[in-house]
Amino acid sequence: MSAIAEETKPGPEQAESTWMTLRRGLALSPELRIGLVGTIGLALVYMVGRVAVPVAVQQGIDRGIVNGLDFEALFTVVAITVGVLVVTTACGYLMMRRLFTVSETALAGVRIRAFRHVHDLSMLHQQSERRGSLVSRVTSDVDQITQFLQWGGVILLVNLGQLVVTTTVMLAYSWQLTLVVYAAFGPAVFVIRLLQRRLAAAYGVVRQRTGALLAAVGESVVGAPVIRAYAVAGRTARRLDEAIDSQRRAQQKAIRISIMGSSVGELAAGLALAGVVVLGVFLGADRTLTIGEVTAFLFLVTLFIQPVQIATEVLNEAQNAIAGWRRVLDVLDVAPDVADPGERGRELPAGPLDIRFTGVSFAYPGGPTVLHDVSLEIPAKSRVAVVGETGSGKTTFAKLLTRLMDPTAGAVLLSGVPLTEVRFDSLRSRVVMVPQDGFLFDASVADNVRFARPELTDEQLAAAFTELGLADWLDGLPAGLATGVGERGEALSVGERQLVALARAYVADPDLLVLDEATSAVDPATEVRLQRTLDAVTRGRTTLAIAHRLSTAQSADEVIVVDRGRIVQRGPHDELIRDPDSVYALLYASWLEQTR
Amino acid sequence: MMTLTAGENVASGTSRKVLGRGLAVLGRAIREQPRIFAVAVAGSVLFGLMVVASAFVVGRVVGEVVVPAIASGSVGTGALALAATALLGISVLRVVGIFGRRMGAGYMQYRLQADYRRRVTRRYLELPLSWHHRHATGTLLSNANSDVEAAWHPIAPLPFAVGTLVMLVGAVAALFVTDWALALVGLAVFPALFALNVAYSRRMAPRQARAQRLRAEVSGIAHESFDGALVVKTMGREAQETGRFADRAGELRDALISVGRLRGIFDPMLETLPSLGTLAVLMVGAYRLRQGAIDVTELVSVAFLFTVLAFPVRAIGWVLAELPRSVAGWDRLRRVLDATGEMPYGDSRLDASSAPATLTFTDVGFAYEPAEAHLPGAQVLGEVSFTVPAGKTVALVGPTGAGKSTVAALAVRLMDPRSGTVRIDGVDVRDLAADSLAATAALVAQVPFIFDDTVRANVSLDRPGVDDEAVWAALRLAEADGFVAALPDGLDTMVGERGTSLSGGQRQRLTLARALAGRPRLLVLDDATSAVDPRVEAAILAGLRSAEAGGPGASILVVAYRRATIALADEVIYLEQGRVVARGTHATLLATVPGYADLVTAYEQAEVDHDRQRTYDEVTPLTSGLEVDR
Repeated sequence: MSAIAEETKPGPEQAESTWMTLRRGLALSPELRIGLVGTIGLALVYMVGRVAVPVAVQQGIDRGIVNGLDFEALFTVVAITVGVLVVTTACGYLMMRRLFTVSETALAGVRIRAFRHVHDLSMLHQQSERRGSLVSRVTSDVDQITQFLQWGGVILLVNLGQLVVTTTVMLAYSWQLTLVVYAAFGPAVFVIRLLQRRLAAAYGVVRQRTGALLAAVGESVVGAPVIRAYAVAGRTARRLDEAIDSQRRAQQKAIRISIMGSSVGELAAGLALAGVVVLGVFLGADRTLTIGEVTAFLFLVTLFIQPVQIATEVLNEAQNAIAGWRRVLDVLDVAPDVADPGERGRELPAGPLDIRFTGVSFAYPGGPTVLHDVSLEIPAKSRVAVVGETGSGKTTFAKLLTRLMDPTAGAVLLSGVPLTEVRFDSLRSRVVMVPQDGFLFDASVADNVRFARPELTDEQLAAAFTELGLADWLDGLPAGLATGVGERGEALSVGERQLVALARAYVADPDLLVLDEATSAVDPATEVRLQRTLDAVTRGRTTLAIAHRLSTAQSADEVIVVDRGRIVQRGPHDELIRDPDSVYALLYASWLEQTR
Repeated sequence: MMTLTAGENVASGTSRKVLGRGLAVLGRAIREQPRIFAVAVAGSVLFGLMVVASAFVVGRVVGEVVVPAIASGSVGTGALALAATALLGISVLRVVGIFGRRMGAGYMQYRLQADYRRRVTRRYLELPLSWHHRHATGTLLSNANSDVEAAWHPIAPLPFAVGTLVMLVGAVAALFVTDWALALVGLAVFPALFALNVAYSRRMAPRQARAQRLRAEVSGIAHESFDGALVVKTMGREAQETGRFADRAGELRDALISVGRLRGIFDPMLETLPSLGTLAVLMVGAYRLRQGAIDVTELVSVAFLFTVLAFPVRAIGWVLAELPRSVAGWDRLRRVLDATGEMPYGDSRLDASSAPATLTFTDVGFAYEPAEAHLPGAQVLGEVSFTVPAGKTVALVGPTGAGKSTVAALAVRLMDPRSGTVRIDGVDVRDLAADSLAATAALVAQVPFIFDDTVRANVSLDRPGVDDEAVWAALRLAEADGFVAALPDGLDTMVGERGTSLSGGQRQRLTLARALAGRPRLLVLDDATSAVDPRVEAAILAGLRSAEAGGPGASILVVAYRRATIALADEVIYLEQGRVVARGTHATLLATVPGYADLVTAYEQAEVDHDRQRTYDEVTPLTSGLEVDR
């Protein structure tokens, strides 16, 4: 939100932070400075090419034409100019080549670093609402910078340089005429800048309306079954039309402002040309200027129009690109709150892992405490079920155990080692969690299952499915292991996706397996069967299952009951149901009511 | 793989074809918006002619005002005033031209975009769900957004390009009128400039297309990887994911560098060429001056002309550069606009006030058309026959993938069966009018869908007769009134994408209320109450069946796993692999159908096994894990 707001209101404070952004950006990508002086030098030479022709016209007219035709002099002027043009053209090529190579390489580096950084951020930053904007940090924001550099950046650089060079040449001919040109363009630039500000706001509206349009189209596509079932296509069409038309109106408003800007520039050019002619004639009559010089000035004025117009237009794009750059840098500036201790970290001791929570509390930033002072020990190799109402804190428990988040107080230890000291590569290979939403990548079943261990062969994968008792299900797929799962696994049913996610965790061969309602969408018969095989194949490791259906709890060695962020009961199922008023007994009664 | 030269030949062959097709797309645009295009071209032509005129005015100013003034040392104020006025007048006319050209071009582009966005989204609403199933959401979004934009993108510079062509003809004509020798210089320079532009566009187009494609791929990887961030994190695959992203980002970098290098070659050349033209004019002009064929006025005019013409000529290059993208976008649009298979509705109507409806399936068969041959989804329903009698509740039970959701979708005609018929009150659903069908039957889907709108709009969907009172009644029935009343703005609270986010159970109850608000006579619940408490579910079903709910009462078809839900049904239909295996009361099926008994008593069985298992708990475990090297 704030990023969008910033983007649409360039103000005086923006200018300051533009420099800040550039400095931060350069500090992050020092390679951008490589050969920068050389590139700017080439750019300056390239710009000289643009004033070469007016100077040649002046020299040619004054030396070779009006004061009696002198072909030798004229030929010399033309030959020198051609030589200059060849050199400046070559410099232009070299300048662009260097600029693009350096900037694209640097920005690709920034893009990749930002991508990795997003993955290093904790779950709190990766929540679904923010995901879209995180994606745009490594895509459209970086694209905006590179596109700007490819089009606008060069234009800006060349045209601003051209203004400087042209002004210098104009001053060399006549300071009076230069003054006329600046007098004509000065107010125009001022008006154009004002219009640019309005234009930026207008483009902000366009972007916002485009977002609304996309949302409306998305709704009509994703909600197609509902729209059809309720026969509300007419209503949907009206909403779409509104979104489409309001985007069009915003676009038309923006272009009207943009045209006003270029018209002002055009009028200023006309004014400057007329002014130069009038004053130039008087100065010429005074013998202050030659015919060639006045003529050259007329050429120079046209060289002045384009850069002024283009530069003001491009400055606007520059603001957007810099805003994009700032957003990328801002993401990189967020320190990973759940950081990998890296080199300094420790390995988890070999063998089955035991779990210890000491005085663990957790609260989401700005939210209420969801886990209160939890202390417990779970011996290695035990199979534990965590049960509780929705919102009781049981998923938080699992996230702390797998160090997706760090507790706000207390510590979590695996086999005596505090999790915060464990190197991530050790932690992630030994501790695996299967989340409820078994996200699948748009690849084959096989590639999804071997996600953590790419070296596994198809035979090994098939064997894993067999061990899990899922061989029949696998055989039923159109292409077996090679079956594509579609975008986010949407070609499979929700329950089938969970089966694949489970197999994926299983082949990762962890010593601590955490299942967060991992089979909630599988049909009861399959779930029970799966539960049974899982129990068998995970024997010898520690497993912790967040249970949605209490059938899981019944077969666990121990049940931990979480209620409002505290552990209220623990023990085997049979013991826990003995007290009919206990939280677990009530949960169990409700479960029985549902299942029979 | 083809050799490089063969590949290039093919590429240039296709690019010629693309040129033709691209021009055809432009032709269509002009036919659709002829008036505004005429305005834009008129503006552009005016602008172009004024550019040429300005060169000749500048020439005359130099030749007839500056030279005499400087030569004589006295200023002819009348001629000077006239020159200044002419220059200003030309400037004003150029502004008029710019207004006509840019406003016309912009409005034309935006109108075409809006028009085609309307057409494409209309098709989305008209095309059947089977068509929707075959297309990814992302594709449909970009059809309506970026493809429409791409198709009409060359419209923006088109009038400029057309005006430039007129201007070039005008310039060459003016050159011939001035002097044939100078005209020859023009004939050498302008076509060369044009050819250079064409060559540039031709080489640039595939590079740009490649960069665009890679950009989409990079974005696709980022989307997928961040969506699956939890899996990436829990399995510690950040480095590998970054590697996957870096590979593609590196390709994109290389593609962009190659775009940049091409720009580096052509941009300076395109600027230098007119400069060389001006120098040639200077040389040739001097000879002609000596021969007395031209005067200084004409020489300066022509030199100036070369300087001012260079920029507009590039507009032609812009149009050509955009054509391949435009054609690709247009082709994708056509696939939507030309897609067939609408489900036409009939005009039969059912009596809205009568008792609960009767639903009959007769020999219904169904197969999904797979999006791609290798994808699953060819899930088949075969010869399914059953009846939901008026006022009764029928439960549809079966294992994952048995076809239950397909039956639910067919019951309210989200799709048409491949064979057999679905009837409501004896009328084939294909003969029913859309509004009559929607008023009669309501489906609550497995995954709740919430519109980005207010709670009121989500429940009422602006259906006639669904006032606030009906909305509240439906919310009460779905036990959603409590949380809705607690929302900051009650019924006016925005929910969905940009509003308050609701929990899964709340979303489910809201969609349930949406179905109930229409007082349907047939309610189809596709595992729609999984997040609702069983007691609430029982109350809802009971309330629906009786007329007390305020409606005529409804027949109910319910897809369920829960035994509590199944127990409420008058009859159970047991599906396996798309076929009705058994039907009858819950008790009968439990006693006679082993598959059914296994499914619905799975948890109880588990409990029994669990007790038994305790006795031989220490029996040798199954081989654990995989015997694979780490």
